[in-house]
Amino acid sequence: MIKKTRKHPAAINLDRRTFLKGAALGAAAMALPPADADAGILEGFFQKHFREMNDEEIKKVIDRLEKDYSKQFSKEVKVKVTKPMENVVFGYGLDIGRCIGCRKCVHACVAENNQSRDPQIQWISVLKMKKGAKIADFESADRYYQPEQVPEPGQFYLPVQCQQCENPPCVDVCPTKATWKEKDGIIVIDYDWCIGCRYCMMACPYGARRFNWSKPNIPSEQLNPNTHYLGNRPRPKGAVEKCTFCIQRTREGRYPACVEACPVGARKFGNLADPNSEIRKAMEHFRVFRLKEDLNTKPQFFYFFGVKANRAEGGK
Amino acid sequence: MTTALINFFKDASNIFKGGPKYYMLMGILGAIVAVGLGAYYLQFDRGLIVTAMRDQVAWGFYIANFTFLVGVAAAAVLLVIPSYLYKFKPIKEVVLFGEIMAVTAIIMCLLFIMVDVGRPLFVWHMLPVIGTINFPVSMLAWDFFVLNGYLAVNLAALGYVLYCYSQGRPYSLKVLLPIVILSIPMAFSIHTVTAFLYGAAKARPMWNVSILGPRFLASAFCSGPALMLLVFQALRKYEKVDIEDKAIFKISEIITYALGINLFFLFVEIFTDFYSNTLSGVSLHYLFFGIGDKTSLVPFIWTAVVFNVIAFAIMLTPKYRYNFKTLNVALVLMIIGVYIEKGMGLVIPGQTPDTLGEIYEYVPTTPELLISMALWAFGAMIFIALTKFALPKIRASKDFEH
Repeated sequence: MIKKTRKHPAAINLDRRTFLKGAALGAAAMALPPADADAGILEGFFQKHFREMNDEEIKKVIDRLEKDYSKQFSKEVKVKVTKPMENVVFGYGLDIGRCIGCRKCVHACVAENNQSRDPQIQWISVLKMKKGAKIADFESADRYYQPEQVPEPGQFYLPVQCQQCENPPCVDVCPTKATWKEKDGIIVIDYDWCIGCRYCMMACPYGARRFNWSKPNIPSEQLNPNTHYLGNRPRPKGAVEKCTFCIQRTREGRYPACVEACPVGARKFGNLADPNSEIRKAMEHFRVFRLKEDLNTKPQFFYFFGVKANRAEGGK
Repeated sequence: MTTALINFFKDASNIFKGGPKYYMLMGILGAIVAVGLGAYYLQFDRGLIVTAMRDQVAWGFYIANFTFLVGVAAAAVLLVIPSYLYKFKPIKEVVLFGEIMAVTAIIMCLLFIMVDVGRPLFVWHMLPVIGTINFPVSMLAWDFFVLNGYLAVNLAALGYVLYCYSQGRPYSLKVLLPIVILSIPMAFSIHTVTAFLYGAAKARPMWNVSILGPRFLASAFCSGPALMLLVFQALRKYEKVDIEDKAIFKISEIITYALGINLFFLFVEIFTDFYSNTLSGVSLHYLFFGIGDKTSLVPFIWTAVVFNVIAFAIMLTPKYRYNFKTLNVALVLMIIGVYIEKGMGLVIPGQTPDTLGEIYEYVPTTPELLISMALWAFGAMIFIALTKFALPKIRASKDFEH
């Protein structure tokens, strides 16, 4: 998958850094459980930032993680590091006119992306709002609606997930550079580098980031073994996670799970750089808007009203 | 040099010697710390789920205490400015206590951050050189530098003076003055940067206001020095330390201005949000009046406002400001007021409602309270120990005062 060795732009600096890391952390290493403890613990502790590792180091880490996860979930777990495709910038479109608030997307996302089942973590929040309400008036929204049947009359639904901003405030505030924007526009997190300070959650205007308040729990049989290092691999306790546009699928040319799961076709996805893509077509045909545009975060997640609202209520 | 160091450490070992009262006090504080360690083990083991923090309110009591304590650290500089810039001698003699308080407060700040992070073993990731600190973009990286810088400067000043005293000679102003002068802009920077930490979050309209930095400075010049004045009086009473009334009154005068400015800033903020009545003012509305039946912060913030106003009224009247009984009432009210207003009264409503409009009412859990109490007890231990180290030296130094 990875052929050529990545050259670090400041190779000398890296050497010094590696040296100092060893010197300064030697003491810390001694404080950790030595002797009979699993060597993996130490390797995990000293693991470098994903973007500072060369391909060989990445391979070693992946091997260790695959072994750990496979043992933990008693099945073979694959961890990929698929890189961004050339000339691809992902964009997402959501047709509010169509969405019926069924939360099929939420369930598909949880299953695909290995979110914790207990405590529950969900990357997509579907907000129920009164028709006629201001979209900006989130205070009147309800995230926990539980009706017999959706859609409910007089309501519309606004699903919100990571908006993959062009100017992501979460990336700016991170004290360790544990979260960054990839070339294809996806904001990713190195869960092993995140220290769990939650400053990114303060900075995100869309409530998109989730914290692992305890050790995530996923029943082995429900674990999706097809994972990506920057995406749906199992997360450690105390790290932040969020939607990655299903990086493990979309970088291989597949749709995100939520797009596939949507029963009414409210979700569109594609390459913003390709004028013939589904998302570009939606942007050309409908008036699109983005959430909290005044904050200038420039989300790559566009909302629009594609069909008349009453069609979504049963096509009367 | 070796004997000098031996002298220094011999003096330092003073902190382990004391009467039964000293041991009892330290024992009680130590017990509180031990209980807190137990609670922290629980949190370390199970995760931050043992706190009341959740995705909606992801910063809570720990960060509130951190924010308040950054303000307390200002105590030192408020003593430094009149004594070194304006050569006000009565205060100069007690600057050392201010530095001890600053050192203590910053250590507590760093500990409150440590107990708040989800993966404490990995905080080395944000260190310069061995980690990948996001400097200069992240305000947290700036805060790391200014807090540690301020700690270093105050430790240097404190260490130098105590070192000289333990050698039985006066300190040289040539060495001390540059350090002390440097601590003035550094003190301003810790408040400014901590305010920017919040102000940088454009997702949170209540924090993302330009008045926040000035408000942080004004309230810092109330709470820290107020705590200082109470400590001075305790030292006078129990340790017979010679602290002049003049010093205390001078500082309380400065505190009065700061408190007045702080109240004015709060008023400005309230006016702007409530008069314009935009959707982004909802946090302040939640804080002062609650939203629907979600009103848990309302009694606290009004307590804070009333306490601060009463304190200001007392401090403003010379008759009461120069009376230790009423002065102390004002100081206590002010400390409580600022603790609420700048702690929970800032951190929690900033996140309530959350960015998607949900109102989650945050009330700290028992482990959270125990851990925080332990950190306060630990802070008290540091302060007492350092004071114990410094006291005999300060007394002796009277003979060779500049």
